[in-house]
Amino acid sequence: MKKLMIGNQAVAAGLHDGGLGVVSSYPGTPSTEITEFLSKYDDIHSEWAPNEKVAAEVAFGASLAGARSACAMKHVGLNVAADPLFTLSYTGVNGGMVICVADDPAMHSSQNEQDSRHYAVAAKVPMLEPADSAEAYSFARSAFALSEQFDTPVLLRMCTRIAHSQSIVETWDAEPAVRKEYVKNPAKYIMMPGNAIKRHPVVEARTEALRDFAENCEYNTVEMNSDEIGIITSGCSYLYVKEVFGESASILKIGMPYPLPVKIIREFAAKVKKLYVIEELDPIIETHVRSLGIDVIGKEMFSPLGEFSQQTIAAAFGMEAKPSVSAESPIPPRPPMMCSGCPHRGMFYVLSKNKITVLGDIGCYTLGAVAPLNALDSTLCMGASVSGLHGFNAAGGSDTEKRSVAVIGDSTFMHSGMTGLVNVAYNATNSTVIILDNSITGMTGHQQNPTTGYNIKGDPAAKVDLEALCRALGINRVRVVDPYDLAACETAVKEELAVAEPSVIISRRPCVLLKNVKLNPPLSVDADKCRSCKRCMKLGCPSISLKDGKAKIDNTLCVGCGVCKQLCAFDAIG
Amino acid sequence: MKTKSVMIVGVGGQGSLLASKLLGRLLTDEGYDVKVSEVHGMSQRGGSVVTYVRYGDKVYSPIVTEGEADVIISFEKLEAARYARYLKQGGKIVVNTQQIDPMPVIIGAAEYPDGVLTELTDKGVSVQALDALSLANEAGSPKTVNIVLMGCASKEFDIPYDRWIKAIENTVAPKFVEMNKKAFDLGYHA
Repeated sequence: MKKLMIGNQAVAAGLHDGGLGVVSSYPGTPSTEITEFLSKYDDIHSEWAPNEKVAAEVAFGASLAGARSACAMKHVGLNVAADPLFTLSYTGVNGGMVICVADDPAMHSSQNEQDSRHYAVAAKVPMLEPADSAEAYSFARSAFALSEQFDTPVLLRMCTRIAHSQSIVETWDAEPAVRKEYVKNPAKYIMMPGNAIKRHPVVEARTEALRDFAENCEYNTVEMNSDEIGIITSGCSYLYVKEVFGESASILKIGMPYPLPVKIIREFAAKVKKLYVIEELDPIIETHVRSLGIDVIGKEMFSPLGEFSQQTIAAAFGMEAKPSVSAESPIPPRPPMMCSGCPHRGMFYVLSKNKITVLGDIGCYTLGAVAPLNALDSTLCMGASVSGLHGFNAAGGSDTEKRSVAVIGDSTFMHSGMTGLVNVAYNATNSTVIILDNSITGMTGHQQNPTTGYNIKGDPAAKVDLEALCRALGINRVRVVDPYDLAACETAVKEELAVAEPSVIISRRPCVLLKNVKLNPPLSVDADKCRSCKRCMKLGCPSISLKDGKAKIDNTLCVGCGVCKQLCAFDAIG
Repeated sequence: MKTKSVMIVGVGGQGSLLASKLLGRLLTDEGYDVKVSEVHGMSQRGGSVVTYVRYGDKVYSPIVTEGEADVIISFEKLEAARYARYLKQGGKIVVNTQQIDPMPVIIGAAEYPDGVLTELTDKGVSVQALDALSLANEAGSPKTVNIVLMGCASKEFDIPYDRWIKAIENTVAPKFVEMNKKAFDLGYHA
């Protein structure tokens, strides 16, 4: 059947049709849809795990039990799952196991643009890299056989442009999911020193065998067109190269970036006068080619920064730019921002107004950093707000404890905020942690998590009681506020900062984009009463703008949250 | 056929994903090779969003670069201007005249360039501007802005009216089909 699919849907279809039994993932752009699409199949077990480490370990357990298993995560998620990954390389698998990892060159929705291929090299695990949805389907599907043949987990590398681009996929009959027998094998699966030391040579031998496989596999292909220019490339870079050169250059397309072939590269290099490597981010292929003593042009011509396009490649080869027209007026940027009625806004307004130092985290609420709220001081990685605040206060003492907080979302708190909070209690700083509980994993597009009371399929599930959890972790002062109530937020923040013990404020109100949230009628400004003081403008609400000197509320955007009304000293908003 | 490039641009939340879904499906049914590149995640939150649609006998790159777009369909005035440099010579911009102020304008750090479409037409760019929001309201819901714009832009494709209508029937939830067909027709005749 031929169908237009985004790459992530194709990965899901490939995994399913390849006989997947269990998938466990944590959402993260641009990987989220892999698991969302998998959750629509009723013949597999799918779940959202609290974080990527848990997800990878669930996939390991399922593989151990004999099922074909998978997990999916964004590039930084693999940092979290790196611990199981490196030793999974030693244990190998029972049922085939695929770890999908999606890189985000140009950082469309990420905090860095690290290159996941380093993990394949470092963990000595084979990696496949599709260039379009059709390959995403076939590579994901065949990855299980590769995994079982070589007794190794397989990394499937996606990037934003492949994950979120639709192209035509032809699927074929699904393999039935078969569970292999589980046989106790301590020497293979118990990685204590005496056993692990015997597994390391197995890993090295496997890598050698995979190198041989790389010379003759379906994943690496050669298109000989010219003896002048030869280009080694992979993933979406291949698409841009084809767009620019068509049939006028020879191409070695690498679909398996680890381990890389040697013979194919030597033969290809010998047949062309000038050899290039075109790859986004780090020079992984280029370094390999150079290690073979082959002269090649790579990162001196193609940047390690951001995404490529047909334009960047054409420009690097000195081709003339296509003529284009621009407007003369400066075009103001349109950065992303918190939505109208976003429950995070009220709390950020209070923090910003009181000039409180805010250690931030990863989620929609990272947007508290942008003007006019400018409320954040740091954002590092999932969970770093809570542990970072503890360190900030360990260094600063009562000086910083009285004017700094951490903000973290409900899902991120489940992911890796809890351990930081244990540390706050155990190692005793008077830190104030604000959990921005909007009852959903927001930024990645509304996934359920352990605090929402629903599982991936939307069925009722065990619900973590955040208040009870925080108390159990050793925090005695736990209180809940409604972020639409500015006075209550301000009182809570001031009181908890003042007390000489750690505390948690749960700022609770569901995301305004959730379907079951009842919206209020839009508010409007009485222009006669408005004195143009611009206090309401300090909220950075996209519904409020200034027209002819007076505040004006866009009634197509406003959801009547009423936060601006509380700021108006002249009763002009109603 | 040589690859043709379309860009659908607008503000996160305006419904450009449905427009690209409709167009992608229709072009696939017409027998073309098709690639559609979407935006997910943070940039969707009220930011400037762009979707690329490319079709032809064989499409490689999923993205459109400067001077390449045959058609730009813009859900908002400023966004049309932002991406105008992607238009190829002889290409066409179909733009909704709606103005949505970006945050730098809201807080007074920048100005919304009012005459920006005239600037483009003065430079010889073919621009068709329409009040798609009013037409969408006339069709029954402001949410049909995307289909109004597709109706207007449909004339830039070599695909007959009936096939667009059929694609709407196949893409939109049954209870919204009539409203969207009306929206398409209003855009088509705008």
